[in-house]
Amino acid sequence: MIYLQLFLSFLQVGMFSIGGGYAALPLIQSQVVNQYQWLTMGEFTDLITIAEMTPGPIAVNSATFVGIRIAGIPGALIATFGCILPSCFIVSFLAFLYYRYKKVSAMQSVLGSLRPAVVALIGAAGLSILQLVAFGGGEASLSHLQWAECGIFLAAFLALRVWKKKPILVMFCCGAAELIVEALRGLPSA
Amino acid sequence: MEKKKTAAPEKRKLLLQLFMSTLYISAFTFGGGFVIITFMKKKFVDEYHWLGEEEMLDLAALAQSSPGAIAVNAAILVGWRMGGFAGMLTAVLGTIIPPVTLLSVISFFYAAFAANLYVALFLKGMQAGVAAVILDVVCSLGAGVLKKRSWVHIAVMAAAFLATFVWNVNVIFIILAAAAVGICTELWKHRASGPQA
Repeated sequence: MIYLQLFLSFLQVGMFSIGGGYAALPLIQSQVVNQYQWLTMGEFTDLITIAEMTPGPIAVNSATFVGIRIAGIPGALIATFGCILPSCFIVSFLAFLYYRYKKVSAMQSVLGSLRPAVVALIGAAGLSILQLVAFGGGEASLSHLQWAECGIFLAAFLALRVWKKKPILVMFCCGAAELIVEALRGLPSA
Repeated sequence: MEKKKTAAPEKRKLLLQLFMSTLYISAFTFGGGFVIITFMKKKFVDEYHWLGEEEMLDLAALAQSSPGAIAVNAAILVGWRMGGFAGMLTAVLGTIIPPVTLLSVISFFYAAFAANLYVALFLKGMQAGVAAVILDVVCSLGAGVLKKRSWVHIAVMAAAFLATFVWNVNVIFIILAAAAVGICTELWKHRASGPQA
């Protein structure tokens, strides 16, 4: 019963991947590649590339990708459903606790010191993307510095910070700017 | 920020707005969970004023420390907050429809998509934009933390940053450690005021 297998295996991915994003990858690999051999390791690497290039959580992306490969559209829907179901229960319960006990002093202290940590985590995520952009995935040295991309980043940052432009508009302009920069450089004959 | 009993048409309008905004955020959010948190902050805190800034950070911490995808978890939390059970379903649907649709299409055309130079360049440029969006939000949030002049919180922020960025410590341990600091400050407060109470 392939649908049930898909459902149960992505239910486990949804239930045991804590920390989001890359934390889910080893779990998905163990289910999809090692246990059921639904994908080869090469296809799994392709899947990670796709997940990085498209919006949406990696777990949901993989559930859809694997589901379609194995059992068409119904498979994709069932795998995705399995992957978000645990969250729906667990997080709903946490939401209840949070709004009920938010005002309790102990909860206030814990949340108070969690907030700065979350700010730091978001900052680190942003910086690692910036690092990837600024050095083109190479090592962090002046010779690898991508001047054009750094310029695009600075312009985007100013547009957001000073001129308060909409983030999605800014991102599209960045994509367009990169195309223009490469066109001026002369596209490599790929 | 008080929750009011809303009449049926108003509630329907709210759910529609919730659906459209989660759909929109999810469709354009490349990258991991923290990226979507920054977009939610821009939309729900700065634009709609549905949530406070601190509330958004609390929801981010909850979404991060629960199992499952951060984006889905955050949608569940915002959904419950705005429209109860119906809101939760609405927000979750809005969040998963874009990736499910896109991935379905892409899995059919993967080879052609990945090899297209223009697509690759556009996506590369968008990465610079994503970095700018995140760091812009971090500047606002970080300024909020600094403004309170709580040395414990500033130390937690610095330590969490070093732990994740320099030492690659697992995010779960960082969240647990920050929570532990919170419990310690609470105990210390009680000890300080304990004998009189």
